[in-house]
Amino acid sequence: MISKKVANVQEALKGVTNNMTLMLGGFGLSGIPENAIAQLVKLNVKNLTCISNNAGVDDFGLGLLLQQKQIKKMISSYVGENDEFERQMLSGELEVELIPQGTLAERCRAAQSGFPAIYTPAGYGTEVAKGKETREFDGKMYVLEHAFKADFAFVKAWKGDEAGNLIFKGTARNFNPNMCGAAKITVAEVEELVPLGALNPNQIHIPGIFVQRIFQGNVYEKRIEQLTVRQKN
Amino acid sequence: MLDKIGIAKRIAKEVKDGYYVNLGIGIPTLVANYVRNDIAVEFQSENGVLGMGPFPFEGEQDADIINAGKQTITTLPGASFFDSAMSFSMIRGKHVDLTILGAMEVAQNGDIANWKIPGKMVKGMGGAMDLVASAENIIVAMMHTNKAGESKLLKKCTLPLTGVGCVKKIVTNLAVIEVTEKGFKLLERAPGVSVEFIKKATQGHLIINGNIPEMTLE
Repeated sequence: MISKKVANVQEALKGVTNNMTLMLGGFGLSGIPENAIAQLVKLNVKNLTCISNNAGVDDFGLGLLLQQKQIKKMISSYVGENDEFERQMLSGELEVELIPQGTLAERCRAAQSGFPAIYTPAGYGTEVAKGKETREFDGKMYVLEHAFKADFAFVKAWKGDEAGNLIFKGTARNFNPNMCGAAKITVAEVEELVPLGALNPNQIHIPGIFVQRIFQGNVYEKRIEQLTVRQKN
Repeated sequence: MLDKIGIAKRIAKEVKDGYYVNLGIGIPTLVANYVRNDIAVEFQSENGVLGMGPFPFEGEQDADIINAGKQTITTLPGASFFDSAMSFSMIRGKHVDLTILGAMEVAQNGDIANWKIPGKMVKGMGGAMDLVASAENIIVAMMHTNKAGESKLLKKCTLPLTGVGCVKKIVTNLAVIEVTEKGFKLLERAPGVSVEFIKKATQGHLIINGNIPEMTLE
C-alpha cells in the first residue's frame, strides 16, 4: 500500500503559493473542501485562479477567500448569492470566466484522463464559443474546449482510507471525483479516514492513484444554502 | 389565461411514461407536482441525482442531498447519485428524454436566451447551455410577454443566446406553440384566450392553421 495520509491540513496544503491555479470541488455549499478553504484563508495566498462551479456565499466557502481578496480569477458556471463577489466583479478587481457546467466538468475530466481537449455542443452559437475552434460532426456543430491545467485540486469526500481511496455521499459528490487527478497535486479531505481494508473495493468511487494527499477534516459545518422542507400533516 | 400553476399543469401532460426528465428552476420545478401518478417518471437534477423525491420533512433535511437549485430534497426508491461529468453525459448523450426550462426570449427559429441581460449582474449559465445544446426534446415554460407587455416570442432574440435552434415547444400563459421551420405554430389556446389576442402578443411569425382548440389541463 502506498500511503497518501498526511497528519493535518497544514501538511496537506504544503507548497501552495501565490499565483497558483486551484480546483475546488463542490456544488453550491454542498461537498466543498471546508478545511482546505479555511487553511487557504490562514495562508493568505494571493492572486489565485480558482476553478469551482460556484463561488460560495459571503461568509462561507470561497466567499471567505474573496473577503481577503485572495482570488484574481474565478472560472465557474454560476456565481449568484454572493454580494462581495458581485462588488469585486463589477469593480473589475475580480476576473470572471463563466462556462457551461457540463463543460466545466468535462474540462476537469479531460485533465484527469489525459485528453488535451474535448468537443462539446454546449455554447455553440453563443458568446461562450467566441474565438474558439468549432467543428461539424454528423451535421451538428461543436466547440473545442481545452483541459484545465491546475496546480492543486482540493476535493472533499465522505470516507477515505490511507491509500487515498474515496467514497462520496449524496449530491456532495458533484465535481469532486472529476477533479481528482486533474491537477498536479490532489488533496482529498474526508469526514472519516477509516482503517485500511475497511472500505469495500467494489464500492470505491475514486481509486487512490488519483489522490496524492489525504487527511480527515477537523470539523464540517455543512451549511445548507436553501432549506426547503414540507410539513407533516 | 393561465397562471404559473396552469402552465406547469399543461406541461405535465407532455411528460410520458418511462421518461427521464430534467426540470429547470422556476415554473419547470412545479411540473413535478402535476405529473400523473399512474406513469413511471424519474426526475434528474444536474448536480448529480436521478430519482428525486419531494422536499424532506422538517428536521430530516441532509446538507449532502440537494437539487440544482441548492434546495434540500429527498430521493425515491431506485434513485442514484453520480458525479457532474456523468450527469452531463446523461444530458449531452441524450439519455434524458425531456428538458423543461424557463426563458427570457425564444426566437421563431428555436433560438433561446435565458442567462444574461447585458448591463445587469450576470450569475452564469449553470447547466442551461449543455441542456439546450443537447436535448432532443426541449419545452420552454414562460409568460408570453414580459412585465412591460412586450412579446417574448420574437423573430430574433435580442439578448445573448443560450443556444441556437433548439427549442421545440413553448407553453405560455396564453398558448401552446410548436417551433417549426416556418415559425411559431399555434397548437392550443389557453382557456378564454382568443387567437387574435395570442397573435397580438407574438412578435415572431405565428402560423395559424384552421381551428385552434382550447387546451385542457386535466
